[in-house]
Amino acid sequence: MTTRQVEAPPISALRHKDLLGISDLTADEILLILDTAEAMREIGDRPIKKVPALRGKTVVNLFFEASTRTRTSFEIAEKRLSADTLNIAATASSVVKGETLVDTALNLEAMAPDMIVLRHAASGACHLLSRICRAGIINAGDGMHEHPTQALLDAFTIREHKKSIAGLKVAIIGDLLHSRVLRSNVQLLTKLGADVWVSGPPTLMPAGIERQGVRKTTSVDEAVEGADVVMLLRLQIERMQGMFFPSLREYFTVFGMTRERLKLAKHDVIIMHPGPMNRGVEIDSEVADGPYSVILEQVSNGVSVRMAVLYLLAGGAEHETAV
Amino acid sequence: MPIIMDADRMGRTLMRIAHEIIERNRGVDGLAIVGIRTRGVFIARRLAKALQQIASEPVPTGALDITLYRDDLMRHAVGPQPVVRRTEIPFSIDDQKVVLVDDVLYTGRTIRAALDALIDFGRPKEIQLTVLIDRGHRELPIKADYVGKNVPTSLKESVHVRLIETDGTDEISVDNVPEEKS
Repeated sequence: MTTRQVEAPPISALRHKDLLGISDLTADEILLILDTAEAMREIGDRPIKKVPALRGKTVVNLFFEASTRTRTSFEIAEKRLSADTLNIAATASSVVKGETLVDTALNLEAMAPDMIVLRHAASGACHLLSRICRAGIINAGDGMHEHPTQALLDAFTIREHKKSIAGLKVAIIGDLLHSRVLRSNVQLLTKLGADVWVSGPPTLMPAGIERQGVRKTTSVDEAVEGADVVMLLRLQIERMQGMFFPSLREYFTVFGMTRERLKLAKHDVIIMHPGPMNRGVEIDSEVADGPYSVILEQVSNGVSVRMAVLYLLAGGAEHETAV
Repeated sequence: MPIIMDADRMGRTLMRIAHEIIERNRGVDGLAIVGIRTRGVFIARRLAKALQQIASEPVPTGALDITLYRDDLMRHAVGPQPVVRRTEIPFSIDDQKVVLVDDVLYTGRTIRAALDALIDFGRPKEIQLTVLIDRGHRELPIKADYVGKNVPTSLKESVHVRLIETDGTDEISVDNVPEEKS
């Protein structure tokens, strides 16, 4: 009798130069990233939190939008893999002197970085760079389009608590319209077979969201009922042009996650939030700090997941020529 | 496909190595066993069991993945990144005598990587090396302390280690590698 106990991922490589969005990944590729992240996590528990895997690789973190979590998380991940990192924030760069994104990228490219981690307010900015740069591009959030590493770390966190993602009821509640986290998460979770429900004010519901294989409802209670995972999204006031709801206070009353409302979910529900969170708007403090909250675990897991992505992409474009 | 070690012989070999380890270290005090992924881990576990049988004392056992320490990691122009697996060393190796375990000793590059990886976990008192097969062709100044069997091979041959845990059978064979197509 042949028994194979060595767990092998169904595939062993990401044959991509870039990570632009979850839409480019297959379910197997997503699982490979999550399995690799599992192996990376232990490095953070060592006395010397560093491995030489990306020694001599240069990674540029190019951030055109404010970010604490994502930028720090990428930087720690790069450093744990021994890459040389440099951070460019838009406010401190030539962008304020009128340079375009393409020119900034071409100038960086001339200094031969191996990878560029890009955050930009315009949807599709990463796709633009990926066409003109030899360096691998990792999307750290582009406008209202995608934020793939956030969805991957969310999936990693869910898997850690629920073993598998297939068949789970996941309720995503909040400002759906402006959320790139939503778009990445919907694609990832449906690819892995979750039952995804979205809920929020009709004014903040993207048109045609139900065609993405999710169920939508304006009743938060309906979305939360029997949920294994409740994910809350911030109201992105800075992206809102016009009135989408009467007041923050009313939003909290109708859509905010309170302990009372959470009783409708499964008894072992987990509460997630990609941050930054607005207490008393989309989430009650009692829930954010409560026993079901895995919000800070998401942050820790972000480092492992980003290490996995950096490592798997590091071979870069050469992969495409591999048979 | 000449078989150079069957299940019986493998069992006896591991028992003999266990005795050698105890003889050299005068017991199992301060001893820890660390296997190199993949097959080294299973050999390490068997060795730990043999040591416990002889010394009636458990020996801490860990698993080491050396992928991220490989010297050829970013050098291949073509080809996917090797799969990274989890390292599990749930004990401190500071001031311990660590017995590193692998299936086949060949160029010595895996062991070089493993030494680097181990040092990141602490400062062991000593590191000793156990291999089931030493097939020669070293490219680095590395030598095993305990060897199951020395097998002179040519570069055209490859050594296949099969274990119950991974392959369903205990057996080591030497095979001819088909001519490389260029």
